[in-house]
Amino acid sequence: MTDAARAPRVAIAVFPGTWSERDFAHVVESVLGWEARLVWHADDDLGAPDAVVLPGGFAHGDHLRTGAIARFSPIMRSVEAFAVAGGPVIGSCNGFQVLTEAGMLPGALLRNDHLEFRCEWQSLRVERPGSCSVWFGDMADGDLIRLPISHGEGRYVADEATLDMLERDGRVVLRYADADGRVTDEANPNGSQRGIAGIVNERGNVLGLMPHPERASEAEIGGTDGLRFLRSLERWLQEQPAAAERRLSSG
Amino acid sequence: MGGIGLTMRWLAEVHVALRSGIADPEGQSIGSALRALGYPTVSEVRSGKLMRIAFEADDSDAAEAAVEEMCRRLLANPVMETASWELRADEQQDVEAANP
Repeated sequence: MTDAARAPRVAIAVFPGTWSERDFAHVVESVLGWEARLVWHADDDLGAPDAVVLPGGFAHGDHLRTGAIARFSPIMRSVEAFAVAGGPVIGSCNGFQVLTEAGMLPGALLRNDHLEFRCEWQSLRVERPGSCSVWFGDMADGDLIRLPISHGEGRYVADEATLDMLERDGRVVLRYADADGRVTDEANPNGSQRGIAGIVNERGNVLGLMPHPERASEAEIGGTDGLRFLRSLERWLQEQPAAAERRLSSG
Repeated sequence: MGGIGLTMRWLAEVHVALRSGIADPEGQSIGSALRALGYPTVSEVRSGKLMRIAFEADDSDAAEAAVEEMCRRLLANPVMETASWELRADEQQDVEAANP
C-alpha cells in the first residue's frame, strides 16, 4: 500500500471533438497528483474509476443537437451504469449537454439567447450544496465562485414543473450571478431559465454545469475555485468506506 | 427491415421545430433581418430543421413506424422540440435527386 495507490482515479471520456480532456487530465495529474485515464468513446471499459468526467468540447461535432450523438457512444452505457451505482460523475459544458441528452439530467441546453459564443470569467452562486456533497462538500450555501464559461449553447431550458421540482428538491446548485452574488438578468450570460448554471441528479452524484472548473485550477491562470469541486470529491471519497476499500485493494 | 422482394423505398421529410413557448433567438434574428430589408409586416419567424431521409420499408405502415421511431430516438429532443413529417414512396431513388 502506497500513497500513490490511494490517489483517486478519474476516468475522462474523450469523444471525437472533445477539447477539454487534456486540461482536466493536467489538473488531476499535475495539480492534484491523482491518476487520470483518458477513455475513448468507443471503449466501454472505464477502468474502475472513483469518478468520471465528461469534459467540454464538441462531441461528434455537436451535429443535430449538442450531445445528441454522443449519448449513443458505447462509453455512455458504462457511464450510466457507473452513475446508477452511485459513482460520482461531472459533466462540464459539452459534458452537461451530453448528460441532458442521455436523460441522466433533466432539461436541455439551447443556443445562447443573444446568439453569441461567450468565453469569459463568470461569477456563480452556490446554492444548497448539501444536496450534492460529492461535488460541493467543500462549499457552503451562498458561496460565490468564479469560473470560466466558454459556450454558444448554454441556455438551460426545462418546463415549469421540472424547474419547480429542481428548485424544491435543492437540485439547482449553481446560478449565474453578478460580482455581489445577485442572480440577475444582466448577470445571466446565455438566457438560462432562472439563471441556472448547474444541476444535480436526484441522488446528488451526477453534476452538470456549463462553466469549466478545470480552467480555474491554478492561481497562475486566474483562479482556483475549480479545484473546490475536486477537493469536495476527495473529501467525499475519504468518507466512503467502500470507495476507499476499492482503491486500496486495486492499488 | 423487411424481406427481399417486398421492400419499397421511401422518402421522409422530417421537420423539427422548437416547442411553442421556447425562445428561438435564431428565428428572432432572422425576423429582424427581414424587417430591416423592407418587410415591416413580418411579425414572427420560427426556425427549425428539415431532414430528408431515404430508406426502405415493406409498406407504408412500417415506413410510418420507422420514421416515428427515428424521431423519438434521435431526430428530436422532446424536452424542447417537436417533430412532424411527410412520407411518400420514393420514385427518384435517392435524396440528392429529390432536391430541387
